[in-house]
Amino acid sequence: MNPNILNFLNLAYLASSILFILCLRGLSSPESARRGILLGEIGMFIAVVATLLHWEIVSYTWIIVGLIVGSGIGTAISLRIPMTKMPERIALSHSFGGLATALVGVSEYYRHGGHVSRLSMGALGFEVFLGFLTFTGSIMAFGKLQGLITGAPITYKGQNVTNVGLFFGALAMLVYQVVFGANDMLFIAMGAIGLALGVLAVMPIGGADMPVVISLLNSYAGLAASATGFAIGSNILIISGALDGSSGLLLSLLMSKAMNRSFSNVVFGAFGTAIEPGQQSPTGTAASFNEATVEDAADVLRAAQNVIVVPGYGMAVSQAQHAVRDLAAALQKRGVEVKYAIHPVAGRMPGHMNVLLAEANVPYDELFDLDDINDDFVRTDAVLVVGANDVVNPAAKKDKASPIYGMPVFNVELSRSIIVLKRSMNPGFSGVENELFFLSNTMMVLGDAKKTLLALGGALKGEGGH
Amino acid sequence: MSTELIFGLYIFSLATFVGYQVISRVPALLHTPLMSGTNAISGISLVGSLVAAGSQHSTFASVLGCIAVAAATINVVGGFMITDRMLRMFKKREPEKARASTSAAAERSASTKSGSA
Repeated sequence: MNPNILNFLNLAYLASSILFILCLRGLSSPESARRGILLGEIGMFIAVVATLLHWEIVSYTWIIVGLIVGSGIGTAISLRIPMTKMPERIALSHSFGGLATALVGVSEYYRHGGHVSRLSMGALGFEVFLGFLTFTGSIMAFGKLQGLITGAPITYKGQNVTNVGLFFGALAMLVYQVVFGANDMLFIAMGAIGLALGVLAVMPIGGADMPVVISLLNSYAGLAASATGFAIGSNILIISGALDGSSGLLLSLLMSKAMNRSFSNVVFGAFGTAIEPGQQSPTGTAASFNEATVEDAADVLRAAQNVIVVPGYGMAVSQAQHAVRDLAAALQKRGVEVKYAIHPVAGRMPGHMNVLLAEANVPYDELFDLDDINDDFVRTDAVLVVGANDVVNPAAKKDKASPIYGMPVFNVELSRSIIVLKRSMNPGFSGVENELFFLSNTMMVLGDAKKTLLALGGALKGEGGH
Repeated sequence: MSTELIFGLYIFSLATFVGYQVISRVPALLHTPLMSGTNAISGISLVGSLVAAGSQHSTFASVLGCIAVAAATINVVGGFMITDRMLRMFKKREPEKARASTSAAAERSASTKSGSA
């Protein structure tokens, strides 16, 4: 090993690490965010070019193949994917990250024929286990988001016991190998448990909990990368993994808080399984609701001075973000004040609604967080709920028996009138009935949100409905 | 405990602390770009994959390394590109005049979309 090259490498990695931190710092405001990402790209470029000078690298064939295949797929995915599919793409990229770290771990173990120091053994085991768990867990999350696997929680008796048992089994295998030296069979078994546990752990988690799961998998992918750093003695991997890990952890905490649930409750709780859809209804099955036509809703909007739009996952499903913006523009043209209320867990990943509305050219200063807008509903003439359900359910505030009790929600019921755009009267994803839909000042406009919004926009512009 | 481990834990703890501080200043507005951005950064495991793929210890190790290089590169290239694509869309409120013309354009595109739907 040439000490000059080693010093050069370490200095290059130091520069990259600093650039990565500056990259994340740039994300503290939309104005500086793109410059931040540019710094991150420069940091990555420096790190990769420097690594190619590493003395252990003697052949570039496999490297070039991997780089070309990876760049091709990466470019294709990021250019083609629609913004509504961002949660799926994030889940997929966590799985790639997990796979990459796990394979580096396996390859490292194999290279040394299992003759590794205790530190390396511990780090490798952690890396391989967590990497494989992130890999399959993220694929499961992807499958659920994409609708390949049912989004509803899949549960069976003794599920938590099985998962916890498997986890501690793998942990015991790791400890054994750290103490008594590497064992091929145990190493393979540990990786296999990681693969299995990823599937088993995500299976019971419902679609509405996806923001937490995705954040958590983000954190795992980071920790696995950090473990790689410990295993191969690379500081830049430790640092970048720690940055990714703490970001995922922070987001998971924020998401759990926004649902008023603890981590363990999300992971072990299998939300909404207690209530079968249609089984219970707080207002009785005979409860009546005001079904309204597009023209009725247009009348309400015509009379309004200010309107708050509350988007939810339904907006992403019907790809209605452009139609929302179109309607808002028509209202603003009439002098109506329009704001958007964005709940932290609206959609399937943190910030999902913000990205969709940004795509539809909604200026970000019209988007408001829960705490910033919740006092405004009482002074609002009309609220337009577009495919949101749990985040506008008053039961979260007063019904202690409700599974979502305690979750911070929007005070939409305090506004003068509420227009809810919903596909049908079936309870939402969590299977929880929403009494907001049965209030006297609520009008339900059933049908595809995008079509309804376009018709509303047309009506307001005086062209008549479509 | 080896010095190597303690040294590593030093770096890990300080980086976690810095990460937590920096990231807690990211507004909810940018949480999705944050996630895809950190995802791109954690593609730095590419550095480990490159060594695994290029050290020519055995074909098995090289093939694993090659797959790892491809997977990490997908995240690095795709992650940075898509984050930038997202961030390009975040815009402040435009002045009234420009706004009217873009909303007219939006109306046109919306009506053509509804026609095709």
